[in-house]
Amino acid sequence: MKQMSKIVRTITNLVYGFIIIFGFYVIVHGHLTPGGGFQGGAIAASAFALLLVSYGSLITKKFLKKEFLSITENTGLTVFIVLAFLGLGITFFYNFLANTGGWFGNTAAIGPNSGDMNTGGVIPLMNIAVGLEVLSALGVIVLVMASGAEFTKKKENS
Amino acid sequence: MKKIIFGIAFILFFSFMVISALNMRPFGEPVFSEMDDYFIGNAQVETGANNVVTSIVFDYRGFDTLGEATVLFTAVVGIVALFRRVSK
Repeated sequence: MKQMSKIVRTITNLVYGFIIIFGFYVIVHGHLTPGGGFQGGAIAASAFALLLVSYGSLITKKFLKKEFLSITENTGLTVFIVLAFLGLGITFFYNFLANTGGWFGNTAAIGPNSGDMNTGGVIPLMNIAVGLEVLSALGVIVLVMASGAEFTKKKENS
Repeated sequence: MKKIIFGIAFILFFSFMVISALNMRPFGEPVFSEMDDYFIGNAQVETGANNVVTSIVFDYRGFDTLGEATVLFTAVVGIVALFRRVSK
């Protein structure tokens, strides 16, 4: 895949960070606003796809490593399962942090959304774990398929 | 002959769809609403999250989310195995 024109690359440099920030915003605010881990992860992975389309897979591979993404993916899934097991004193997937007053333990205001980030118990942590997993899973899929297309094109030309 | 059979089948299927669409009950009035009322009434108090949909997805039905995450992980493993470099 060759890289695209200079206009596309400039706009990509401008927009890339904002897309990733918006994805992390959707992930972190999952317990307050519409969205959550899956949606925010997909938004952040679309930034990787944009990078891949505008710069080509050869340049993108230099600063977006498949190994790093696979490590974050495994970390996300492991944290999710460990958080599920931590509530095992009562049930699997028990929300043991909710309404305790500590970490993410404030009681939610009933009625209009007050926007208190420190609520929700395990839910924000699980959102972050799942978001990290989805982000890096979709990133790995896009990267691996792009490098596979590169490989077949090279083989057909030779 | 084949086209006639397909046409009759299509018309039958479509008429069933139209009849069932006409007989549908109005939107937002389900027959059994005990679970919905429970979630709407108690989800904010029990989980402490203002977003009831997220509290259902990550708390009440956490198993479902675990399955979704596992499906995504399996898809990634399959794609990486499919696109791996084969050395001759």
